[in-house]
Amino acid sequence: MLADGPEKTGDIERIKNEGKELTKEEKQRLRKEKKQQKKNKEKKDEKAPLESEKEKKPASSSPASQATAQPPTQKASSGVPAPAPVPVAASEAPSPVDKPAKSKAELKAERRARQEAERASKQSKKGEVGQQAAPSKAKAPPSELQPVVKRLPEHIQVDNPEVLKKLAKKLERQQIPLRSDYGYKVSLFSHLHQYSRKAPLTQQLSIPSSVIHPAIVQLGLQYSQGIVAGSNARSVALLHAFKQIIRDYTTPPNEELSRDLVNKLKPYISFLNQCRPLSASMGNAIKYIKKEISNIPSQCKEEEAKSKLQDCIDCYINEKIILAAKAIAKYAIEKISDGDVILVYGCSSLVNHILCEAFEKNRKFRVIVVDSRPRLEGREALRRLVQRGISCTYVLISAVSYILPEVSKVFLGAHALLANGYVMSRVGTSQIALVAKAFNVPVLVCCETYKFCERVQTDSFVSNELDDPDDLIVTRKGKTHLEHWQDVSSLGLLNLVYDVTPPDFVDLVITDLGMIPCTSVPVVLRVKNVDQ
Amino acid sequence: MPGADKETDLSERIEAFLSDLKRGGSGTGPLRGSAETARETTALLRRVTAQARWSSAGDLMEIIRKEGRRMTAAQPSETTVGNMIRRVLKIIREEYARSRGSSEETDQQESLHKLLTSGGLSEENFRQHFAPLKANVIEAINELLTELEGTTDNIAMQALEHIHSNEVIMTIGRSRTVEAFLKDAARKRKFHVIVAECAPFCQGHEMATSLSKAGIETTVITDAAIFAVMSRVNKVIIGTQTVLANGGLRAVNGTHTLALAAKHHSTPLIVCAPMFKLSPQFPNEEDTFHKFVSPHEVLPFTEGEILSKVNVHCPVFDYVPPELITLFISNIGGHAPSYIYRLMSELYHPEDHEL
Repeated sequence: MLADGPEKTGDIERIKNEGKELTKEEKQRLRKEKKQQKKNKEKKDEKAPLESEKEKKPASSSPASQATAQPPTQKASSGVPAPAPVPVAASEAPSPVDKPAKSKAELKAERRARQEAERASKQSKKGEVGQQAAPSKAKAPPSELQPVVKRLPEHIQVDNPEVLKKLAKKLERQQIPLRSDYGYKVSLFSHLHQYSRKAPLTQQLSIPSSVIHPAIVQLGLQYSQGIVAGSNARSVALLHAFKQIIRDYTTPPNEELSRDLVNKLKPYISFLNQCRPLSASMGNAIKYIKKEISNIPSQCKEEEAKSKLQDCIDCYINEKIILAAKAIAKYAIEKISDGDVILVYGCSSLVNHILCEAFEKNRKFRVIVVDSRPRLEGREALRRLVQRGISCTYVLISAVSYILPEVSKVFLGAHALLANGYVMSRVGTSQIALVAKAFNVPVLVCCETYKFCERVQTDSFVSNELDDPDDLIVTRKGKTHLEHWQDVSSLGLLNLVYDVTPPDFVDLVITDLGMIPCTSVPVVLRVKNVDQ
Repeated sequence: MPGADKETDLSERIEAFLSDLKRGGSGTGPLRGSAETARETTALLRRVTAQARWSSAGDLMEIIRKEGRRMTAAQPSETTVGNMIRRVLKIIREEYARSRGSSEETDQQESLHKLLTSGGLSEENFRQHFAPLKANVIEAINELLTELEGTTDNIAMQALEHIHSNEVIMTIGRSRTVEAFLKDAARKRKFHVIVAECAPFCQGHEMATSLSKAGIETTVITDAAIFAVMSRVNKVIIGTQTVLANGGLRAVNGTHTLALAAKHHSTPLIVCAPMFKLSPQFPNEEDTFHKFVSPHEVLPFTEGEILSKVNVHCPVFDYVPPELITLFISNIGGHAPSYIYRLMSELYHPEDHEL
């Protein structure tokens, strides 16, 4: 099959002709490798994985370990003990530094060997270029483990000036303004961006922008101001914006729709990433759309292709979000009995949906809504529940150990479920799970399968989002203590957005595939990959 | 008559103190710290001793007990008032015993032998009159006042024994004792402090500004981020409102979550509490343990349309069980939580536990 193609392009041609022999992922991988080898020849220096032009995996394929390998060495001098992340997260020791300049023949031989090894399926490959040896990374399709070099997303490498330069160049090429960081960043988080809400990216755009579709500009502004928040809402808004783009799209002459549309989407995605880092659910949705677009056969007519794509998007939203919510509600209602006191945190659209459905089905329960500064999202959940007539109590998160003796169950929503069983959710979720565990109250997490993500993470530092630090400022009794925090050099404000909950705090995860324990997440990911 | 003037003057002062207590406890953060309350209570008791009319120790103790009951009823959550009263009662007992000439030890210890030989109840009725008793008692109360004045400094002096360089220390809310502790250590060592803001009163903000002005690297985090950040913290140092008789704490709300997070990460939890915060209460009275303030702090009246349909709670204190605490640092040194009961017996007489 693939055995002895001497030319790289020859290989690709043969693969193209034989079409179905290789999966799409292998095709993409080969293309990536080709590009990477070209880059390696251009700069012959050892560097950690470079930011590629393909923004395929903005959030979902970064190994946390490689991120920790860099910042701690730079931070050791800053006086904060941070060596802990390295042994904890880096169960895979070698960072992908070993891409020295190789000769062409060596590269070919390597590729051939790799392809032959891949043909012998069910054999794990170790020791190839940029390998990680951890079994916890369930990234590969079931029949083989991908020897892909993981690319770290840019948004967790802010302390690396080369990465920043690359990003600036890329954005310049795509004609998107670069958003600058704001305020003093706490040293533990110097590898993340911190933006101010008062300086949205759209201020630096010229209106009307010729590069970015107005629906995307609107969406970016809604994200950065927090008007559209919550992972489901953001994904749905994104998909609707994409539908609009597809409607307005016309294929330029001499171009194929499947290639060109994907290229058109790239600057939009960069723009949205600048406005607010993409969530795991958005990342998965984008992957799906790109796959669908590239699968459009070339002889398809434009109108047909466009309507097909729009149908795909509608189908995705319907299946993965709306119907999934119904299925999850069905399972969850079995877990709610009469007389229950249910604790929820913040505003999760899925959990609110479950509670409303349970109330429709005449279950008798009452709800305690826990909220936290500075977002105070619990008030929105409170409004929705009270409108339906559910009896509610409202407290702040510092009072949770007072109210927990009354609680019989805790329902939490999730932003993403990571491949090592950790639940990534709004900051404060892990705290509630901790206190619930101490009081022996069961914790149930509700999450659709489209939010499952192949990343792994063990702490809330390496990959997180920093919100505007000015949100913490509050005026009480006419006094605002933190008003001039910028003037004091040793004072920093930290406004985290996400945190990770270890799987031993979670008793059950309710998904549209059923009720699973936290540790079964990689199994579900594997099953999903086989289906695709 | 000068006597009557003194008495009215005294009762005026007591009334003023009581109304201060009632107002100050509205939960919007203590307008006065516990140390000031303790000092004022002790000064007032000294005045009572000096100006009230009494002939024997028993009378004095009755008067003080009566006033004490009124004071604790004015603000039950302010336990330092009750603690100071009990200290003064103990002082009176000691001075009486010394005047009588009997040793203090035998009077205090409850033993099986004593029960059998003395026929049950102690025969002390404190009816004997001793002329120098008044002076002695006032002198002892003065010593107590000096001790109270030096507590914060005594605790702060121990800071260097517990904080090394390049540490990350976490604290919650605002405690003057912890502030002095950290500032004292900052003179010689460099470390980083993370302050949890403790909503809804957000006293952590004041603490953070004050610490950062002293040159300490400070970060303010929200209460929700306590567990997320805890893995990088080396020590947790907190203050408390009261230390209970079993070694547990009654501290500002959010402290229990902080203690659980510290336990999960095996981070030592150090409590800086001067001796006057030690109280002979136990945490088993559910309805009297907690104190609540206006729910307006949590859900303001601007959310009017849902306010009437929901219950909102705003508790001020949290109970922290003694198993989660590693060390108490007080003005007389460091102790384990299991030792607190012994300190209690040195400070207060068992018959004074109920005023």
